[in-house]
Amino acid sequence: METLFFLIVSIVAIASAVMVIACRNPINSALSLILTFFCLATYYVMLDAPFLAAVQVMVYAGAIMVLIVFTIMLLNIRIDATRRHSHMIFFGSIVGFATLFNTVYIVMKSRAATPATTVNVEALKAGHTELIGREMFTNFLLPFEITSILLLVAIVGAVVIAKKKI
Amino acid sequence: MENLNGYLIVSAILFSIGTIGVLTRKNAIVIFMCVELMLNAVNLTFVALSRHLGNLDGQVFVFFVMTVAAAEAAVGLALMIAFYNNRETIDVTDMNSLKW
Repeated sequence: METLFFLIVSIVAIASAVMVIACRNPINSALSLILTFFCLATYYVMLDAPFLAAVQVMVYAGAIMVLIVFTIMLLNIRIDATRRHSHMIFFGSIVGFATLFNTVYIVMKSRAATPATTVNVEALKAGHTELIGREMFTNFLLPFEITSILLLVAIVGAVVIAKKKI
Repeated sequence: MENLNGYLIVSAILFSIGTIGVLTRKNAIVIFMCVELMLNAVNLTFVALSRHLGNLDGQVFVFFVMTVAAAEAAVGLALMIAFYNNRETIDVTDMNSLKW
């Protein structure tokens, strides 16, 4: 049952990811990308990570994609049917398939799928968000603070760059 | 729950689709969306291996990757708006000011 569900979600995720790079209209690409993000949120739920699934839906499918769709609407890009919308398809496909074969080969050859020795699954299931918060504010406190500085720089940078006259 | 290879292979397929999109499309916003797709594929790998190893570090890393992606989205889209104000296009073949 779970394998069947996994297959269905995988088919939807891969088909919508192909739609992202195949659509001529950027709006259609953005909507397909939102569908891919929802499939990834489903994967996170299946992997016992409900906090990350919620963050995926809120931050990615909510905030970032709204920003992208807003920019597409703001720029109001007309689709010129006479111009080509892609280039270097042969070379790009070769590089992409080489990446795919390489990663699949490494996954198949590695011992990553052998069960780990100490899996503390019960502790992971109970109070998941609390555990992540405790981890983030103790072991990862310095990266957390650096992240806040990064967000501040991004806010100031976005405003300064997008302004017409400084 | 012994389906780790399935998750890793789906992640590899999504990453390759993102690579093809980055290399072949001409619209800068679509290239940007393909970069987001690649970041999400890596996030899926992090979460799958974190679940497999019973270790929460991967999920904290995914949180940081999402933060960097949000900052990248804000700055990247601002750059595209600034470029569009100058050139009236966001086609990457027209971004040739530095080309000799």
